Amino acid sequence: MTTISQGAAPTAAAPRVPDGTSRRRAGRRRAGRTAAYHLAIWVLGIIMLYPGLWLLLSAFRPSNQIVGETGLIPDDTTLDNFKTVFEGIGGVSFWTFFMNSVYLGVGSAVGICLSCSVTAYAFSRIEFPGRGLFFTIMIGTLMLPFHVLIIPQFIMFNEIGWTDTYWPLLIGKFLAADAFFVFLMTQFMRTVPKSLDESARIDGAGHLRIYWSIMLPLMRPVLATASIFAFIWSWNDFMGPLIYLRSPDKYPLPMMLRQYADQTSTSDYGAQMAAALLALAPVIVFFVLFQRYIVEGVSTQGLRG
Amino acid sequence: MTVTHAASRASRAGSPARRPLNKRPSRRGAETRAGYAFLAPWLLGFIALTAGPMVASAYLSFTDYHPIRGGDWIGFDNYTRIFDDPRFADSVKLTLEYAVIGTPIKLAAALGVAMLLNNRRRGQGTYRSVFYAPSLIGASVSIAIVWRAMFNDDGIVDKTGQIFGMDEGGWIGNPDRSLPMMIMLAVWQFGAPMVIFLAGLKQIPDELYEAAQMDGAGAVRRFLRITLPMLSPVLFFNLVLETIHSFQIFASAFIISNGTGGPANSTLFYTVYLYQRGFGQGQLGFAAAMAWLLVIAVALITLVFFRTSRYWVFYGEGR
Repeated sequence: MTTISQGAAPTAAAPRVPDGTSRRRAGRRRAGRTAAYHLAIWVLGIIMLYPGLWLLLSAFRPSNQIVGETGLIPDDTTLDNFKTVFEGIGGVSFWTFFMNSVYLGVGSAVGICLSCSVTAYAFSRIEFPGRGLFFTIMIGTLMLPFHVLIIPQFIMFNEIGWTDTYWPLLIGKFLAADAFFVFLMTQFMRTVPKSLDESARIDGAGHLRIYWSIMLPLMRPVLATASIFAFIWSWNDFMGPLIYLRSPDKYPLPMMLRQYADQTSTSDYGAQMAAALLALAPVIVFFVLFQRYIVEGVSTQGLRG
Repeated sequence: MTVTHAASRASRAGSPARRPLNKRPSRRGAETRAGYAFLAPWLLGFIALTAGPMVASAYLSFTDYHPIRGGDWIGFDNYTRIFDDPRFADSVKLTLEYAVIGTPIKLAAALGVAMLLNNRRRGQGTYRSVFYAPSLIGASVSIAIVWRAMFNDDGIVDKTGQIFGMDEGGWIGNPDRSLPMMIMLAVWQFGAPMVIFLAGLKQIPDELYEAAQMDGAGAVRRFLRITLPMLSPVLFFNLVLETIHSFQIFASAFIISNGTGGPANSTLFYTVYLYQRGFGQGQLGFAAAMAWLLVIAVALITLVFFRTSRYWVFYGEGR
């Protein structure tokens, strides 16, 4: 995993003891404590990574050697599990599920970037009556359990004939229904100096122009954070597809996994593990590539995983 | 602290618009139009996807709505049936136990590891990422499948448990062990609150610790008298967020139990039951009533947190 070590230089406290031997002894003691510290962290880290490592190695094990195995290193390795998964399930190929997940993830990210940034622009850059009230309402929806919305939404989308399409899963992303991202972007825009757009206004630029040519380019970091989270959340989402999608060829990966998991009678654990690993792989790649955005997003914005 | 910022931002946004002197009223009309034009997508979404559905689901909760048959007004029947329903009681009890036991353990782990990582030793960035990673994937179906395999009969957890003298047998299908298993899955995801704690710990000025150490305060005392009070706003934020979050567990329990919530209702979390009633059995009215009860419960709990916060959350001098 790539490292971003921050403040890596160990700024040791100024040595208080001038005497050479005791300084050396203190140094050795400090080195010992540092080693013990890293050991403790490593043990903890391995426990944390264990389920992931176990998944990784189980996917390469013969199906009947998965559940009973405690060790990480497989006795026999095989690619059969992946072969089974790539053959698809229920007549639908793995890549169909995969691409469905990609469509939904990219659609979510694009929708959220566009709609939430427009909304954030209204909240941070335009003065109009009712703005404060709407902002408070928007913040209020942050805490709302979405379960209270899914039943009427289901009925509504059913009436429009949108069940078994991606519209119910994407429409909210294009209408800035994710208050968190609106809040995130509003906060970011407030840090952009007003003088920038004021001088643009003097030059005759309207709000649309300022939003598109000044704000959006400046917002690249926050848009990156938002799209990464939007993509991953959509990638992991299970309840939405479970409620709205009926045809297996429209299923995204979590629904494909459910089909594998459901077939407990056959208990092809190998295929389950390989499928789970393949579904998880893009998220892990994303995490390794963008961990700075992701972890910073969590630490400064309180975004959740 | 996001929550408090939100509140103060909100009130600032509500302050009367400062109108530059050289702008004429017609300009203000244009501003208003532009404002509503930019707000239009959100406003439409709010009306169609949030406010409308909230009202609709309140209405539905007084009907016996079914996706095919439609529904009639039945008054408070759904609510009386809910409170007579043993499965509902089981799901409430289970979800509360999960939240009340799981959240403190998760936060304690998060705080402990955050304090371990809060120093200038090498590799902090990597460690932080490694501990955070499970939070990103923990609620996914993939991890639920892994959990089910690891906790199954003869699985690694079973075998490890036997070494430590636990009874033989997997955790899957054993009602007594379902909750601990789900709590372990939750605690495994302590990374998100940990990262937030870590950001909070970095804000505490070193001078406080130095002064305390000079006065002879030990590590425990420094933790109780400096770390905890200084961190209490962050702790509050994490506590509210994690508690609410824990009410919403769905995918893992659904996958692990194959959608049944079994054995013996031991994975029948609130949302799983809501799904079963609403989408499994088509009792959308009943499910809507359950959803509204959840909203009320979350609102009440949040209110209690905020009301009690003044007794234990320390926002610094002069606030």
